[in-house]
Amino acid sequence: MSELTAENIWFYRGDYPVLRALSFALRAGECLQIRGPNGAGKTTLLRVLAGLLQAEEGVVRWRGEAIGGRESGFLASLAYLPHQPPLKAELSGAENVHFAVGLRRRCTAQQVRAALQRVGAAAFADRPVRSLSAGQRRRIAFAALHLDPARLWLLDEPTTNLDAEGQSMVSELLEQHLAGGGLSVAATHQALALSAGRLVALELSGVGE
Amino acid sequence: MSGPGVFRAAVWVVQRDLRLATRRPAQVLQPLAFFAVVTLLFPLGYTPELAKLRAIAPGVLWVAALLASMLALESLFREDADDGTLEQFVVSGQPLTILLLAKTATHWLLTGLPLTLMAPLVGGALGVPFAALGGILSSLVLGTISLSLIGAVGAGLTLASRRGGVLLSLLTLPLAVPVLIFGARATELAIAGDSLTAPLYLLGAVAVLGLTLAPLAAAAAVRIGLE
Repeated sequence: MSELTAENIWFYRGDYPVLRALSFALRAGECLQIRGPNGAGKTTLLRVLAGLLQAEEGVVRWRGEAIGGRESGFLASLAYLPHQPPLKAELSGAENVHFAVGLRRRCTAQQVRAALQRVGAAAFADRPVRSLSAGQRRRIAFAALHLDPARLWLLDEPTTNLDAEGQSMVSELLEQHLAGGGLSVAATHQALALSAGRLVALELSGVGE
Repeated sequence: MSGPGVFRAAVWVVQRDLRLATRRPAQVLQPLAFFAVVTLLFPLGYTPELAKLRAIAPGVLWVAALLASMLALESLFREDADDGTLEQFVVSGQPLTILLLAKTATHWLLTGLPLTLMAPLVGGALGVPFAALGGILSSLVLGTISLSLIGAVGAGLTLASRRGGVLLSLLTLPLAVPVLIFGARATELAIAGDSLTAPLYLLGAVAVLGLTLAPLAAAAAVRIGLE
């Protein structure tokens, strides 16, 4: 039973079709890896799936229901991690996680600490985010994702800026999320180290007709 | 899993924005300093005679309050749009209207409320009698609430344009004219010692209308601005 399906998605920037008749189906425990050259529409697809952009044609369904309804349960099951981690530069990493997660669920300071520990961000969690490197920021963002109850993760270049250890941390988190019945759509060039059968590839071609 | 209630999420946003404000106090203090400086220029530039100043005090107070409130508006949604916070609001599953209303409320707490509280100080320099301060304070409370709400719509609409500052003022100032008229009228009546019920009611009506419509308009504008 597919939980997330996209049927014949078309999206235009001006006259140029960025997404052309795109379809896929994703079951619980699967990760859709979107690949393609720069400008192929990977981020656009993620934003369409997150409901931030409206496709001109086609429909995205979550558990059989179109995601158009804004107050539907879809958004509550969704976490979107954009290319730029959505963090406040003036706040510390711990504060950022606390506020980001608090918007969606109750969480205690201990849970925030534990999550930061999990992603290897405990050492710099109390420094303002403005003083952190891009990789450190991404780890903070993953701490928030780790606490999020969402079943569907939309990840834009999740492993960018991360060192080897960080990349395997992301793969582990993702594997754990999928094993728990979660789903994920990830736009990335790098190979994701997931166990067999979890990965579904989607190739976007950048060249228009 | 059930998320926090809408009310809790709104309180959350207010807390976060207040904490952010403590990290960059200059941004909060600038509009207030602007308000104080502009109003205090009049005794210097126009006349030190209190009787003459008293006559122009309503207009001076309200124009300065309007401009000071406008000054703080640009940053209302801009930073949250740039760092991706607004996108997270949209996908959070919480109603965007309420979250933006919470942000607008914080804007008022950091601009409108302090402006109101500064009015006695500034009013004294403009020769406003002590007895009029109660009326002026109540009119400013209602007026600044409306200004923040109107401003939120403008800030939402100018989200997509990089240099939205002037555009924001051009959009917002005409909408703020009723607030200016009723507010200045209330202040004038308060100084004269007359009953200011009528303009206060009208200011209240504008505030209620803004409270009902502005968050909806702001949310629609922000959704478009993020695309």
